[in-house]
Amino acid sequence: MDKRVQFRSAWLPWLLIAPQMAVIGLFFFWPAAQALYQSLTQQDAFGTSSEFVGWLNFERLWEDASYLASFKTTAVFSLLVATLGLSVSLGLAVLANRVVRGALVYKTLLIWPYAVAPVAAGVLWLFMFNSPMGVVSFGLRALGLPWDHLLNADHAMALVVMAAVWKQISYNFLFFLAGLQSIPTSLIEAAAIDGAGPVRRFWTIVFPLLSPTTFFLLVINVVYAFFDTFAIIDAVTHGGPGKDTAILVYKVYYDGFKAMDLGGSAAQSVVLMAIVIALTVVQFRFIEKKVQY
Amino acid sequence: MAGQARSRQNTVTPLPYQGPILTALSAVLHDSFGEVRHLFFSGVIMFLKPSRRLALASLISLSTLGLPAHAQTEIQWWHSMGGALGEWVNDLAKDFNASQKDVRIVPVFKGSYDESMTAAIAAYRAGNAPHILQVFEVGTATMMASKGAIKPVGEVMKEAGVTFNQDAYVPAVAGYYTAPNGQMLSFPFNSSTPVFHYNKDAFKAAGLDPEKPPTTWPEVALAAAKLKTSGHKCPFTTSWISWTQLESFSAWHNTEFATKGNGMRGIDARLSFNTPLHVRHIENLANMAKNGLFVYKGRGNAADATFVSGECAMATGSSALYGNVTRNGKFGYGIGTLPYYPDVPGAPQNTVIGGASLWVMSGKKAAEYKGVGQFFAYLSQPDVAAASHQRTGYLPVTKASFELTDKAGFYKKNPGTDVSVTQMIRKTTDKSRGVRLGNFVQIRTIIDEELEGVWSGKKAPKEALDTAIQRGNEQLERFQKANKG
Repeated sequence: MDKRVQFRSAWLPWLLIAPQMAVIGLFFFWPAAQALYQSLTQQDAFGTSSEFVGWLNFERLWEDASYLASFKTTAVFSLLVATLGLSVSLGLAVLANRVVRGALVYKTLLIWPYAVAPVAAGVLWLFMFNSPMGVVSFGLRALGLPWDHLLNADHAMALVVMAAVWKQISYNFLFFLAGLQSIPTSLIEAAAIDGAGPVRRFWTIVFPLLSPTTFFLLVINVVYAFFDTFAIIDAVTHGGPGKDTAILVYKVYYDGFKAMDLGGSAAQSVVLMAIVIALTVVQFRFIEKKVQY
Repeated sequence: MAGQARSRQNTVTPLPYQGPILTALSAVLHDSFGEVRHLFFSGVIMFLKPSRRLALASLISLSTLGLPAHAQTEIQWWHSMGGALGEWVNDLAKDFNASQKDVRIVPVFKGSYDESMTAAIAAYRAGNAPHILQVFEVGTATMMASKGAIKPVGEVMKEAGVTFNQDAYVPAVAGYYTAPNGQMLSFPFNSSTPVFHYNKDAFKAAGLDPEKPPTTWPEVALAAAKLKTSGHKCPFTTSWISWTQLESFSAWHNTEFATKGNGMRGIDARLSFNTPLHVRHIENLANMAKNGLFVYKGRGNAADATFVSGECAMATGSSALYGNVTRNGKFGYGIGTLPYYPDVPGAPQNTVIGGASLWVMSGKKAAEYKGVGQFFAYLSQPDVAAASHQRTGYLPVTKASFELTDKAGFYKKNPGTDVSVTQMIRKTTDKSRGVRLGNFVQIRTIIDEELEGVWSGKKAPKEALDTAIQRGNEQLERFQKANKG
């Protein structure tokens, strides 16, 4: 079945996508091209001198053991954020979809966190886990579980993951809910008549039919974990303890905006861009095959 | 909303290609639109020739701001003073503006020190930098190396025709901001030095003499042990680990933190804080951490709040914490000198400077520089400088303001406030004059990272210091290479 619309005119399709292309060009391609250019230069802080240095910025990265170590940190962080973010919001969407009374209240409350800026989200979680005054850390201490994200790497990672997931749940929730609502009720009813219980109905009908949404959200969440989380890390842990929560994009931010090393920062963002492009390609080539549209 | 969504059941399937747009849009919406517009224009301007930048930038600022109503010269002053210190800065500007008619100082809070520096750099690249920028001491080497971007304060004062005598400034402070050729490069606005803060009420509760703060590290450990026995959860903490426990610690013991007089004599300096004395001190702190006597409260000045709230009983931190504690602390507050090891010959020497100075950015009009010069002359007036010193706990800027404060009996009435002054106003040695290194922001972060390994028990003190030196020296080598010409 071919769903494509055929345009007779040669220029109309171009005109129709022009506004979108303009936005993408301005906010994506142009900055990306700038990053590529800057990654090959070395500048002083005020940009009064700029020198072309070739691959020097990249060579420095490969010599930096802590940079290589942050790949592992990033992998752990992104995996946790994407899987937890997707599973929790899918669960919430399924539950919210079944609610009859007061559904609007639940949905509004669940969508709310999306309006919170990443830094605010980070600070919010930091407050809750701040020892010894934070609500949660106080409770944990009472349970005999002293919380110390300043020096305990696992606690620090758990905290930034929670903040990052919480921030993204709303977005995922919204799409999952829309996806759930577009599943024809007749299919589910038919299965119910055939004697399938709620769990079976979910795994054999709902989940497969949601796969386009899930796949789309997987891509978005990986991109989110890779790019949009530096503000949370900066607010909560500054990449610490040591470098245990310093994911790649946090170093990009730190080197560019705190250390004023624009060339090095640009080189890192080029590496990051390459990784995300590769990941997205992999996701589209291999995971999308399992998606049923 | 639920009803609507249901009625359009079959049309809301999300399509993959909406993703990037949504993220881009949300990114735009998260920032205020003004910021985005500003970023956009800054971006455009960055790629113009410098000669055209100014024209376009002024066009944009004219179009967005409108023409100024008065013929007053307006001076933009970007600073990082929040809370009680922010009020101080605003009062200074208000009083100066009221004292004359030609110049109007407009203080703008631009976030933390590193944030305001980043903002100023972006603004400079866009051709609309502020006239005055407050830069923390670790940014000093970067500012000094950016010769084209700044205008030396000595030059500004001379051209403004105001009385300016470099010798009037406190040497230990002004010396840090003076170029090797003797010219003062930035205005020593708010300088602090690390001191020892303690909670007299906690001391009393632990059976310690509240009028006798510990002066040596062994005494600190003993006091901490007593505090802990009395039930205190956080006997001792510190802010700015590198500044208090390594930089000032080195100067205080007349030992080098880095070679070449801690970088004051040249940019080919290398770090040297892994001597047996340094290792001994970090080992001592690590032991205290293990026994719950020293509690790590995070990087930067995060620990300050824990002292002000009363959670921690003793803290090494900036002398400028004074204003905050006297305003918000609900306990008897004492200040002591920074602890030292009594068996080290030459200790205690003097501590090193912290805080920030005011830099004048290049490319402004002569009338505006004149206004800046007048403002700095105003800040240097003995009564103004003395009032600032007494209000904030920052060091006195000029010798006259110190004498004025002393004569007024301020130090007698407020015991402890003279500690920072006596720690700083001493004969300095080559090893204690101050620490001025390139890429210092990164070096301090490296030290934070490595020492966190020590506090959590993952790394041995010697190993951590060695690694910090090795990683820090890479930063110094890079700075040297980038600024050789």
